[in-house]
Amino acid sequence: MPPREGIYGLLAEFNTPTELVQATEAARAAGYRRMECYTPYPVEEAAEALNVHTNRVPLVCLLGGLMGLTTAYLMETWVNVWSYPLNIAGRPLFSWPAFIIPAYEWTILFAGLSAAFGMMALNGLPQLYHPVFNAPNFRNGATTDKFFLCLEAADPKFSLTDTRAFLEQFPAVSVVEVDH
Amino acid sequence: MATKVPLQDPNLDPMIDPRTGEYAVIAPGHNFKSVTQKIAGIVLTSNTPLGWFFGLIVGATVATGLVIGLTWLFLKGVGIWGVTIPGAWGFAIINFVWWIGIGHAGTLISAILLLFKQTWRNSINRFAEAMTIFAVVCAGTFPLIHVGRPWLAYWLFPYPNTMNVWPQFRSPLAWDVFAVSTYATISIVFWYVGMIPDFGTLRDRATMPLAKTAYGILSLGWRGSTRHWMRYETASLLLAGLSTPLVLSVHTVISFDFAVASLAGWHTTIFPPYFVAGAIYSGFAMVLTLAIPIRKFYNLDDLVTLRHLDNMAKVMLGTGGIVAYGYGMEVFMSWYSASHWEFFMMWNRMFGPMGWAYWMLILTNIAIPLTSLWSRKLRVNVAYLFVLSLIVNTGMWFERFVIVVTSLYRDYLPSSWGTYRATFWDYIIYIGTMGLFTFLFFLFVRFLPMIPMSEIRMMLPQTKVDRGGEAEHAIEETV
Repeated sequence: MPPREGIYGLLAEFNTPTELVQATEAARAAGYRRMECYTPYPVEEAAEALNVHTNRVPLVCLLGGLMGLTTAYLMETWVNVWSYPLNIAGRPLFSWPAFIIPAYEWTILFAGLSAAFGMMALNGLPQLYHPVFNAPNFRNGATTDKFFLCLEAADPKFSLTDTRAFLEQFPAVSVVEVDH
Repeated sequence: MATKVPLQDPNLDPMIDPRTGEYAVIAPGHNFKSVTQKIAGIVLTSNTPLGWFFGLIVGATVATGLVIGLTWLFLKGVGIWGVTIPGAWGFAIINFVWWIGIGHAGTLISAILLLFKQTWRNSINRFAEAMTIFAVVCAGTFPLIHVGRPWLAYWLFPYPNTMNVWPQFRSPLAWDVFAVSTYATISIVFWYVGMIPDFGTLRDRATMPLAKTAYGILSLGWRGSTRHWMRYETASLLLAGLSTPLVLSVHTVISFDFAVASLAGWHTTIFPPYFVAGAIYSGFAMVLTLAIPIRKFYNLDDLVTLRHLDNMAKVMLGTGGIVAYGYGMEVFMSWYSASHWEFFMMWNRMFGPMGWAYWMLILTNIAIPLTSLWSRKLRVNVAYLFVLSLIVNTGMWFERFVIVVTSLYRDYLPSSWGTYRATFWDYIIYIGTMGLFTFLFFLFVRFLPMIPMSEIRMMLPQTKVDRGGEAEHAIEETV
């Protein structure tokens, strides 16, 4: 757990995604690791600059899909073969081709729910409070038209004076302290 | 989808991109702030336009018909409808298939066009998805009330019960339950996930405390973190990839309701593809029916441009062509199968007592749209497209009417022939669902962001990250 007192980090505001990406790349090159970009739409270059290349949403989705497939197929088989066998026009009790259709639908259902809720869980959402919301300029821009880079105080290289000086060499609109 | 021939001199019309000669997907001059303000302003304004109240009241009034119809239905039973033997399936199934088909365009736009990187879809995908959900709500009503004892409709689902009775999974009607419930769930989830970042924007731009709180909770605390965005983009892509086979399977399963039966005119293998194409055809018609008044009323011509209308008309032309092929193949097979019953069914469909419905279908679904949509002038003629979209929706309703009724009322045994006549209650329930749909849609345009703001931002030229002489980015295609 990062310390809950003091400041959370320094937040630099940029007008364009290019400035944000350049600052992020420089911060990484300077040795900063605990940092995050906040943008009004997905900026892939920022993710590359943060060295974020993969995530586990596809794995969660795959596992969900497999679970849906086996759940539905086993349920159908158990219901129509053992629990409640019915002779429908002489068709075999284990009518495997017919069982594919509900199993197909549940594969999609479980995979889709896993992708959506897995994404939220991995993102730690819902999380209505976050320190960056304390920055006075954050909410005016982060979801509209501004690009933010936050260097977090939890980083061993972080120092209020040096990090501020580091961020101010970029064309940032502002560099503000973010409280917890 | 770009045609190179400009309709007029590009210098005269600022909406025409001089490089491609094609209408722009987004009007020039927009930036991150202006698109956000424009779209969020519709929701956050305290000045609700009077026209909105008018539309909402009209929708609510018509939906009252549904309430009255359902009340009487629950009191008296399905005998108040025109269904009888041999025409045991009537308006309920026709309307169910019609509504669910309309929903399909929303999923096609949000999922399939996303996978194909058709960025023009961004402006229209949110309200097309909303249309899907409301159409599924209307569609879902019909099977529930058609079961006769709707308070026992939960018996359709497999759940452990003291009766020890379970669904029969070899029945297409049980498949329907799985297909439609999955479709409704995934559509709602996809729609909501798509709105999370926009809820964040609304939370940050709202001034009223109630709006701040409501959108704040709906946004789940979205803060636009890059790590979140990457997972979010992956999840969106996965949902799109999952919705694509889903949307194709839903109407396929619905067509199985017919195709698995051994009735002449129903028992055909062409049903799944032709049902899916018909669904998309009617769905795009409905998107046009909704988009044209909305862009006019809310002055959204710069975000929903003639390019969108043109492209949607092209999709209709394509899917309409598949539907026409389906009709042609049905006629051909009724002869080629050398089956007496098939042949009679087709003769009866065309020239029997309800032949007018078949020719109505050919006129509205094939003759009018498929001759006129080839013309680019007509594809960018807003008034014409609006009228045409209504015509096609009528035609697609007639298609389901023809399929359901003409196969049923004169089947194999002439001594059991009958007829089908819809009653007042059939009509009032059907028209009532249109009111419900309108009502829900008006609520949607007022309280939810009807155009996805984060996706529109991604289409602006300002998104280009200049990497100091690196290769051109993929932004090019979005302009």
